[in-house]
Amino acid sequence: MKTASRIFTALVFIFLFAPIAILIVFSFNDAKSLSVFSGFSFRWYSELIHDDATLESVRNTLILAVSATVISTVMGTAAAVGINRLRSKWIKSAINTVTDIPMTNPDIITGISLMLMFVFFGRMFGRSDSLSFTTMLLSHVTFCLPYVILQVLPKLRQMDPSLPEAAQDLGCTPTRAFFKVTIPEIMPGVITGAIMAFTMSLDDFVISYFTSGAGFQTLPVRIYNMTKKTVTPKMYALATIIFFVILTMLLISNFSDEDASEKRKIKRNNRKAAKK
Amino acid sequence: MKKIVSIALICVFLCLMLTSCGGETLTLKVYNWGEYISEGAEGSYYTIREFEKWYKAEYGQKVRVIYDTYTSNEDMYSKLAAGAVSYDIAFPSDYMIERMIKEGMLEKIDFSNIPNYSNIDSNFKGLYYDPQDQYSVPYTYGIVGIIYNANVVDEADADGWDILWNPKYSGSIVQFNNSRDAFGTAMYKLGLDVNSTDKADWDKAAEELKAQYPLVYSYVMDEIYNMMEAGEAAVGAYYAGDYFTMLDAQADDVDLCFYYPEPTNYYVDAMVILKGTQNKELAECFINFMLERDAAVANAEYTYYASPNKVVYTDEEYLEELGEETIDILYPPIDNFAEQYNKYAYRNMSAEMLDYINALWEKIKIN
Repeated sequence: MKTASRIFTALVFIFLFAPIAILIVFSFNDAKSLSVFSGFSFRWYSELIHDDATLESVRNTLILAVSATVISTVMGTAAAVGINRLRSKWIKSAINTVTDIPMTNPDIITGISLMLMFVFFGRMFGRSDSLSFTTMLLSHVTFCLPYVILQVLPKLRQMDPSLPEAAQDLGCTPTRAFFKVTIPEIMPGVITGAIMAFTMSLDDFVISYFTSGAGFQTLPVRIYNMTKKTVTPKMYALATIIFFVILTMLLISNFSDEDASEKRKIKRNNRKAAKK
Repeated sequence: MKKIVSIALICVFLCLMLTSCGGETLTLKVYNWGEYISEGAEGSYYTIREFEKWYKAEYGQKVRVIYDTYTSNEDMYSKLAAGAVSYDIAFPSDYMIERMIKEGMLEKIDFSNIPNYSNIDSNFKGLYYDPQDQYSVPYTYGIVGIIYNANVVDEADADGWDILWNPKYSGSIVQFNNSRDAFGTAMYKLGLDVNSTDKADWDKAAEELKAQYPLVYSYVMDEIYNMMEAGEAAVGAYYAGDYFTMLDAQADDVDLCFYYPEPTNYYVDAMVILKGTQNKELAECFINFMLERDAAVANAEYTYYASPNKVVYTDEEYLEELGEETIDILYPPIDNFAEQYNKYAYRNMSAEMLDYINALWEKIKIN
């Protein structure tokens, strides 16, 4: 039984990571082919560095992801605080359902409906190029927002509501109490929400495809447009780099998370000990 | 946390400012196929930047080119027609140009601003999609040929369209995975008109495709590259320019060869100016620049497609770079290109005919 479950786990991992492994291996291929490995080289990496157009799309993707993350994190946290304070259970669950819609809605429907809306309003103001960086940013914030709210809400629920009240009792203004007490308490949720928003925005293709305007093309859209000819191994090189950057980011956030929770445990234990 | 947020915000604003500053700058928006222009990789010619430099030197004014890409004619058409985006220049294919002219989406070009238009071979003037040559300037053209693996295929069989129906190569034949191109192969084989409006012609072609079905290894579009390169498939039809891309990457035990069956399909992609352009003269200036020797040669070398530009295919450096064999395949002697083209190229069909064809196609593939 044990060996069976081990084999099963191994299969799952192979299935998950074989594609990435193949991509990484072929990013070091000297030839263009996907079938023949003709020698190890950094050729595609050096070509990538000199490909201004691709690098610009990487830059665009990052600008968009960072802006969307910042905006949706701020808005999402504020929204979560608001939702948490709602008294009526009925309204609360109604709002929760509504915020979940962009998340459960198929991307393609979100993308097309956003494009139609932008074009519709653009037409109203007599513009023939309604799509731009702004519309893309709005769309990204739209689909990132629920992820932030979803991460922050449970942290708010876990938090003892008497903590900010205590701060106010001790002379804090409500705003100060919020920044001094509430925010640090829900910080892990905010950070996870921000990381999720960032990754969602980074790898989104469908919605970007429908809402991108002139002069601002993101990396996924650019790769897709390369399919008239074949996608060059340059893209494997780029994907490999992105994969490792994300991997290190994940590792760092995991370790720092563990660190933080360890410290908190120690603090709590100390406090308990002091009380006794 | 506050610090992190504010630093992030500052970064964002700086980036935005960098992209938007520049004072009195003209902008030109170009919409092209992906991978369809030389973009400066490996120190090669960076067409867009060179144009900006050249314009600054020539007219003393800064110009910024916004360059975006699309994957298909339909993709480009739907975005433009919806009014979602606006561009000054696009590179549609023939049938799409015809349709865009009909729908009034294109601007007439003032050819007095494009002196280099005289570089275009006379074979590429007066083609069906723009019979008076008012709206378009040809950029590339291509011809469909048969690609085969000479280690598998007998040279004697490599002739005409019949090879795609040859039972000897059962299980190694790949066929187009879109109705128009697949029907095309059958109709050229049978000597039918690929733009026929007679449903009986299409039924005949469908029968032919049904007969081919058991021999076919796979119905493909872009997958053909890897299948042919690896030797998984041995016979297939594709464009000459793409054959060279496969040749570059073929496996050791694969020996890809190429020939043109007759008759066959042609396409022309051309530069057009879109209605609503902000600066038509600038757009014409760009088109003229694209026909200039340096830009035209660099782009022809990059795309590997044939150029209708006389300056390109008579250029010594270009001929040397591509090699005699490549040139012979890429530029086959065609008597009366215009006549052949107008007869055998795919044209836009009525929606009703397209529905009928697609229904036939679905039936073949379900089989």
